[in-house]
Amino acid sequence: MSTFWSWWIIGLTVTNLLLILWVLLANRKVAVRDDVDPENRTTGHVYDGIEEYDNPLPKWWFYMFMGSIVFTVLYLIIYPGLGNWKGYFPFYEEGHWTSVRQLEEQQKRALAQHETSYGIYSTMSVEELAEDSRAMKMASRVYANNCAVCHGADAGGALGFPNLTDNDWLYGGTPENIKYTLVNGRNAAMPAWSGVLGEKGINTVTQYVLSLSGAEHNVDLVEEGQKIYAANCAACHGGDAKGNYAMGAPNLTDDIWLYEGTPAGIRQSLRQGRNGVMPAQQNRLREDKIHLLTAYVYSLSLE
Amino acid sequence: MSNHMAAANANSIYNYHVVRQFSIMAIAWGIFGMGLGVLIASQLVWPDLNNILQPYTHFGRLRPLHTNSVIFAFGGCALFATSYYVVQRTCQVKLFGGWLIPFTFWGWQAVIVLAAITLPMGLTSSKEYAELEWPIDILLALVWISYAIVFFGTIMKRKTSHIYVANWFFGGFIATVAVLHIVNSAAIPVSLTKSYSAYAGAADAMVQWWYGHNAVGFFLTAGFLGMMYYFVPKQAGRPVYSYQLSIVHFWALISLYIWAGSHHLHYSALPDWAQSLGMVMSLILLAPSWGGMINGIMTLSGAWHKLRTDPTLRFLVVSLSFYGMSTFEGPMMAIKTVNALSHNTDWTIGHVHSGALGWVAMISIGSLYHLIPILFGKTGMWRTSLINVHFWLATSGTVLYIAAMWVNGITQGLMWRAFNADGSLTYSFIESVQASQGGYIVRVIGGGLFLLGMFVMAYNTYRTVRHGAPVQVAEQQPPSNTQAA
Repeated sequence: MSTFWSWWIIGLTVTNLLLILWVLLANRKVAVRDDVDPENRTTGHVYDGIEEYDNPLPKWWFYMFMGSIVFTVLYLIIYPGLGNWKGYFPFYEEGHWTSVRQLEEQQKRALAQHETSYGIYSTMSVEELAEDSRAMKMASRVYANNCAVCHGADAGGALGFPNLTDNDWLYGGTPENIKYTLVNGRNAAMPAWSGVLGEKGINTVTQYVLSLSGAEHNVDLVEEGQKIYAANCAACHGGDAKGNYAMGAPNLTDDIWLYEGTPAGIRQSLRQGRNGVMPAQQNRLREDKIHLLTAYVYSLSLE
Repeated sequence: MSNHMAAANANSIYNYHVVRQFSIMAIAWGIFGMGLGVLIASQLVWPDLNNILQPYTHFGRLRPLHTNSVIFAFGGCALFATSYYVVQRTCQVKLFGGWLIPFTFWGWQAVIVLAAITLPMGLTSSKEYAELEWPIDILLALVWISYAIVFFGTIMKRKTSHIYVANWFFGGFIATVAVLHIVNSAAIPVSLTKSYSAYAGAADAMVQWWYGHNAVGFFLTAGFLGMMYYFVPKQAGRPVYSYQLSIVHFWALISLYIWAGSHHLHYSALPDWAQSLGMVMSLILLAPSWGGMINGIMTLSGAWHKLRTDPTLRFLVVSLSFYGMSTFEGPMMAIKTVNALSHNTDWTIGHVHSGALGWVAMISIGSLYHLIPILFGKTGMWRTSLINVHFWLATSGTVLYIAAMWVNGITQGLMWRAFNADGSLTYSFIESVQASQGGYIVRVIGGGLFLLGMFVMAYNTYRTVRHGAPVQVAEQQPPSNTQAA
């Protein structure tokens, strides 16, 4: 801040404190005395029948007040507060305290601690870690703090958020695939088909999709639906409708649904498309934590 | 009828009409605002209650309506009523201002009704305790300036030589709230119902909390200290304890509060120097705040026995105890290291309510119990026993409320900052929500008891106005004003 504003702040602060000190010290004497009746020390003012005593300030209160002013003066010497005065804080090399500096100190300390705790797992393979109960206990806490919001505390998923426990994978379930998902995130893109297929076409192909997983469907429309599927959907979901890890296109034959598997839900997916987003973690979580999380997600589908 | 004569007689000396209007509306808005409080507290226990009439009954829309209606509708009406009453009685003149007087009443009611319409509609400036959009802000500013003209005009034409200490506090509150409201609400309108703050970023946050904390300091503290300085000595029938203490704590309080707002922004993007000043000024505030408490409670020396029989006085004294407690808690929470634990937890809400229920509401209720019989020319409230019932409902409700929030707040703060040895957080956020469930239920009970007390008050007031024993003689003469020889 500029010198003017610095002195402006210093001036206001010091003036205010001095005025308070003056008011406090100037009112220590008892102005009204009545030696015959010491209890009767009224100022003589009467307002609507209310009188005022002129009792002195309670001593303990006076010293408490003075104490807080002394504390303030000391604090404003040690810490920043008076304009550009940075404070004198002998515990830091620079000689003064800032909140950013305090944060960095704490982060440094935490990092040193965690490098040892996570470090031992960085050299182990994902498969090994998945069998290590201590590592998985730690990983479950990292999961609870970072992933559970979308995927659920039990990793069971929710509408639009995949279940991580069913060994059904959108982008592949190898350790490499999982780590890639965590590091870079994923952006699924199911296009909207209402413009291309029309409501009739959407309904027809919906019946075909329902038939793939053995759900109740209109048999008369399946043949027509299969044609539409082959022309429009097979490119991503595959001719056999088993999906495609490279595109994140779900398997349509396994009766596992990321969005609703009802006729209405499937029509909705077709009509307006879906855009699932898994956010990239590479700038949020350290590498060693991602490694551990990879093993955790991998372990959820074992057995 | 003689009670009408008594009231009419007093009316010709003082303007009691507007005081009556504000007093009755204080009770009505109190029930409205606290009822909303109990509803939103219940929503945190039973989330389905959000769905009564979505989106208007969603917590996010009702919460600002709750705060606005308890602070500005209930608290505001109580302040208008008592300040208009006290300034007339202690200056021994009728209110100044002519048509501005009814304008302050009807204008203030209009602001509240507009708030009750626009906030559930989702129209908000999103500034806490200043959510109202710009057209309502302008109306509020006009009402407030009229209030200042009426109040200070009355002081100017007073028949007493000095200005009584209650009026210092009322005056400080009126003048400062005008400045706070106008500066913080400065905005650039883009339509009738939408505006953008005139400030940006950290400066906007600082202006907001400079306003926000002084809404506490001046609206909810200085104003109610004005109330305290009249009704406590009046009800106790004792002189004020110390004139010197009044002087010291008044000047210290009003000059220091202005600095304290930045303690709401500890460990934020606000520059370190501003955070430090907010913290130390908040700490010094402890002594001047306690000055008010001491002056009120010590006024009772020689009259302690009255507490046994007078539940109105009990309200006033217990309110001062809660005031002392929350003004100790406040400076503690302003210390950065304590704030690191308490910030964003229910502790803050508990702290606010030990002030809002324990201090603000209880001193208002006590003052209103003193006022209502006088305003309507009655010998007293219809049933003293009902005042006593109200007192215990209010006290136990407040204690349950704040105890629940302490437990919740400290639990949340400790859970959020708990780390495992491996550096991961011990608890996810939802676990701290689960841990808060018990406290939320206790809060609903506490708030419900407090609200129940307000219904008792409303009934007692209704019976007093309708069926109270009238004052037999026209005894509402202005007391003679003696000066020291």
